[in-house]
Amino acid sequence: MAVAAALPEKRSRSWWAQNQQTLTPWLFLAPGMAMFALYVIWPIFASFRLSFYDYDGLGKEVWLGLDNYRELWSDPAFVTSLKNNVIWLVMYMLAVPAGLGIAIFLNQTVRGIRIYKSLFFFPFVISQVVVGLMFAWFYAPNFGLLYKLIEMVTGKGIAVLADPNLATYGIIVAGLWPQIAYCMILYLTGLNNVAPDQVEAARLDGAKGLRMLWYVILPQLRPATFIAVVVTVIGALRSFDLVSIMTNGGPFGSTRVLSYYMYEKALSEYGFRMGYGAAIAVVLFAIMMIFISGFITKMIRDERGVR
Amino acid sequence: MFPRPIAQTTVAKRALYQIALPIALVIWLFPLLGVALTSLRPASDLASGNYFGMPSAIAWWNYLDVFRNTDMERYIFNSFKVTIPTVIGTLVLSTMTGFALGIYKFKGNILIFFMFVAGNFVPFQILMVPVRDLTAGMGLYNTTTGLALFHIAFQTGFCTLFMRNFISALPRELIEAARVEGVAEWQIFWYIVLPLMRPAIAALSVLIFTFIWNDFFWATVLTTSASTQPVTAGLSSLNGQWIAAWHLVSAGSIIAAMPPVLMFFLMQKHFIAGLTLGAVK
Repeated sequence: MAVAAALPEKRSRSWWAQNQQTLTPWLFLAPGMAMFALYVIWPIFASFRLSFYDYDGLGKEVWLGLDNYRELWSDPAFVTSLKNNVIWLVMYMLAVPAGLGIAIFLNQTVRGIRIYKSLFFFPFVISQVVVGLMFAWFYAPNFGLLYKLIEMVTGKGIAVLADPNLATYGIIVAGLWPQIAYCMILYLTGLNNVAPDQVEAARLDGAKGLRMLWYVILPQLRPATFIAVVVTVIGALRSFDLVSIMTNGGPFGSTRVLSYYMYEKALSEYGFRMGYGAAIAVVLFAIMMIFISGFITKMIRDERGVR
Repeated sequence: MFPRPIAQTTVAKRALYQIALPIALVIWLFPLLGVALTSLRPASDLASGNYFGMPSAIAWWNYLDVFRNTDMERYIFNSFKVTIPTVIGTLVLSTMTGFALGIYKFKGNILIFFMFVAGNFVPFQILMVPVRDLTAGMGLYNTTTGLALFHIAFQTGFCTLFMRNFISALPRELIEAARVEGVAEWQIFWYIVLPLMRPAIAALSVLIFTFIWNDFFWATVLTTSASTQPVTAGLSSLNGQWIAAWHLVSAGSIIAAMPPVLMFFLMQKHFIAGLTLGAVK
């Protein structure tokens, strides 16, 4: 009796023992994948679907076909947002060389340099909401520091955030501040790992300054450059916080970007046009996809190279 | 080393560098210094146009006023209520996914891994409406729990990337040896891999803490009232109420920035190790 009772248990244990290497990864993946599928993967498809409907968040969804997308191209606010996104992308790229510049400046071993490095990195740790408020204060008409400086030099101050031609650039500068800090820290780590013997060999061959940087150092910094470009592109396309805090898309809608305009259309007091908002989000997603697929292709290629 | 160490150059250059460092730092942190000074200026100075001169007093009471006149302590408490569960939840999920993807070879491994990586790059706006509806459907709209649940799911993408790369760099012989000894797979996770992951866990906890504390977009989408809003959203609505009260805006900003700043200075090594993952080969 005792033997018979023990048998099935033994068999089940051995079934588990046989299969545990195939089953364990799936058991470990299950909770994370379930959460990720529910909150990230499924919503992407749901938004795609929604972009073909008229939906106010409460009432019935009404099928529109491609009408939301047709409306986009004749919507001047959308065109402005798209144009501003391009400006963001191009200007934001300045963070990469600027970060490299500061990293080279700080890559020394004098006393107290560690504190300098962390203080230069400081802006990245602060919330973009706070960064936005700081720069709003910096630009503020009549008493802002920048306004005063310009007034001192030219006799007439400029209220950057009130000028439709300048406001977007003003916000981008605020965004560049933490972004440069991020690129700087990436390059500082990269510089730390540059092979010293190669630098010395190149130095013996008479290489220095910019030539040394271009031919010897930059090739070795390629992984750091790759990540700096990835995070900068994503940062540029995600710009929402600063626009929302500093200008609310104004003056006259001149600082809207796709991420902000989508929010405005779908959730703010301008109405709850969630279908139309979803169409804007799909366009933003498509732009991001161009970059994501490039990044992922490179990462997969590296992955294959390593193994 | 690049550039050439300053110690190998002339005395003049060395002196120049020592002078340039603090000047560059002050210029770099100008907006921050300005706000810090404004936060300590009495309201009367601002009213009389004394923005940059000597303050007539050090108005540390501006900080007290922020707490006395607003829900600041509530906002900060809410931020902790979102941030701490997110850090814990994300770490639990991603050590597990990272272990599965870093140790086992199975069909679909790379595909699942890159699904996590790609999801991490997605613009928030494409998730916004469905996530808001989903949260409302679960009865969690305008709660810190609803906000934390979303953050846990989204951050799992980034953390899986990090954890998986960390785990696949561990020596494989350790795991093989344990298997030969007949150690069960979950025991390999618990007794062998997890203890070795301490540096990765430390790095990710500081990073996630900072990311979530500083999140503004999801806070505005998923919470609406002072009783649930975290400090970023709270600060934004206070900014609307405090028109031209720059001494209070400044003090509020500094208060909101404090926790991640402290975290950064206390755990700097881990923070930077996390951020620069992949920046070196």
